[in-house]
Amino acid sequence: MSETTYLDAVRTAQAEEMRRDARVLVMGQDLRSNVYGAADGLLEEFGERRVRDLPTSETACVGAALGAAMCGLRPIVDMTIASFLYVAMDQFVSQVAKNRFMSGGRLVTPVVYRASMFYRGATAAQHSDRPYPMFMNVPGLKIAVPSGPVEARGLLKSAVRLDDPVLVFEDSLLWAERAELALDDDEPIPLGRAHVLRHGTDVTVVAIASAVKQALQAAEELADEGISVEVVDPRTLVPMDWDTIFESVERTGRLVVADPATHTCSAASEIAATVAERIFGALRASPRRVTTPDVHAPFSPALEAGLYPDAAKISAAVQSCFD
Amino acid sequence: MIEATPRVLLERMWLVRAFDEAAGRLSRLGEIPGVIHLTIGQEAAVVGACAALSVEDYMVGNHRGHGHTLAKGGDPGRLMAELLGKDSGVCRGFGGSQHVAEPDVGNLIGSAVLGSGVPVGVGFALASQTLEQGRVSLVFFGDGASNEGAIHESMNLASIWSLPVVFICENNGYAVTVAARDALSVTDVAARAAGYNMPGVTVDGQDVDAVYGAATDAVARAREGLGPSLVEAKTYRFREHAENLPIPPYRAESELAAWEARDPIPLYEERLLTTNVLTAEERDAIEEAARARTEEAIAFARASAEPSADDLAANLYADGSER
Repeated sequence: MSETTYLDAVRTAQAEEMRRDARVLVMGQDLRSNVYGAADGLLEEFGERRVRDLPTSETACVGAALGAAMCGLRPIVDMTIASFLYVAMDQFVSQVAKNRFMSGGRLVTPVVYRASMFYRGATAAQHSDRPYPMFMNVPGLKIAVPSGPVEARGLLKSAVRLDDPVLVFEDSLLWAERAELALDDDEPIPLGRAHVLRHGTDVTVVAIASAVKQALQAAEELADEGISVEVVDPRTLVPMDWDTIFESVERTGRLVVADPATHTCSAASEIAATVAERIFGALRASPRRVTTPDVHAPFSPALEAGLYPDAAKISAAVQSCFD
Repeated sequence: MIEATPRVLLERMWLVRAFDEAAGRLSRLGEIPGVIHLTIGQEAAVVGACAALSVEDYMVGNHRGHGHTLAKGGDPGRLMAELLGKDSGVCRGFGGSQHVAEPDVGNLIGSAVLGSGVPVGVGFALASQTLEQGRVSLVFFGDGASNEGAIHESMNLASIWSLPVVFICENNGYAVTVAARDALSVTDVAARAAGYNMPGVTVDGQDVDAVYGAATDAVARAREGLGPSLVEAKTYRFREHAENLPIPPYRAESELAAWEARDPIPLYEERLLTTNVLTAEERDAIEEAARARTEEAIAFARASAEPSADDLAANLYADGSER
């Protein structure tokens, strides 16, 4: 066992998968110089053919990674900042998500795109987005939102082994998180399997990415008030582990979803709507969403600080279920 | 290699012509659903280019893709079945006319968003180079798409990595109704190759020998590891942009007549007849065979079953997972 940070867990997963499968390669801007911190040592170990620096041509690079995947490689593309995905939006929607479907299932598209959600760091409106919900609206993509080092490693390893395109949204608020990783882990975390981190009987909090840690903190505080909170980390948003979420809410009767994304059409919206639609009778209070309000990240650190979900907001939402 | 004898070139051009004349009829009768774009007038460009490839080589077609698939060696019956939306279609009825692909002959995608498939075709070449497959990727696009940023990024990427790509521009003079002379900064699309440090040649797109010759040079260069090339075939579509698309006149009748006088099929037949490569009887037999093969294709397509609704989910993800 060794203690590892979130970013090093990503690096470890990439190296392990590259060792395991010669078809795996990594590509990204500033990858060889390891500017973004998850590629340390890869160039030295795997060489220039399998560790490629990309020109700043997101459209060509996203499409080329897909094309390479269709012809036998298994690329992992580091998109760096999540908002750079928009530059290649046509490739993600019209090619990555659709090529298998449009071929009548004759093609496989085993490609992984990693992007960091770099927010609460005064990077302002163009570099601070948490854009996974808009990709949830595109059938054909799978979406992972690792909430810690164990998840970052385990989900990425699964993503590489899948024959479908996977977008991994890595939360920069978690970069410094440390966890023990099993050294010889050959059972990666399957996509579509939620993790119940804390069992409770009064309220289910489904929490996404950095909100998982905040939800656990809130649950600890609420326990002192006699409220028993169950914390569920879906780990992937597509596929979503509805069974685990439904089972939990059926027991607790109350749902709070904590999601760093912008409020409207957030992942929280989808979870709340689906629970209301499918198991309305189990609910003893209306579902609550703890999200980011429908504004962009302001540059001003003073304004940005209070914008995103935190433990206090999650606690307040939980308490409101009993009003 | 496809044995690109004059007879084979003529047979392929006639097959494309006969197929698309029939497709036009079925579209006007309402039997082919949706929108179709015919290759009629551009047969020399698609047949000449694909004849420079082997079946194992990769190819990207576009919205005007029936000719691409047939020229690459696709089966006309399965192509017509695709146009009718049938389960026996090359894409099992999930792609349709605008997205025809036939992976069995290397035509991995047909992409109908202008320029969007080009990066993916560059990726095919990346896999070929990395895995030492020895395959070339031939990527079709038009004069309209030549203004898309995706193509410029793709040419740069293919050039810096010396990828085995042949970019082939079917310059038919119009992007729907907007003339290339009004929309392009250059007279010849091939001139743009200079910006990406690759050879660019413009050839008479009505002359199948000329296209075949230029494509053969480009393919040889790619196979030798010398990198990408751009071949521009100046051609003309004899029909509207799409069938059943009423558009006010935007092309002079005299312009259309001048190009129709240079119909690539009679042009080539005359050459073969005057040089005694072909007799008049043989010529007639080639046309008759193409029309008979098209009728067989229609009969096969009509007799085929509709796809199953179960495949909607099955074709979305390789592991059959649900969202």
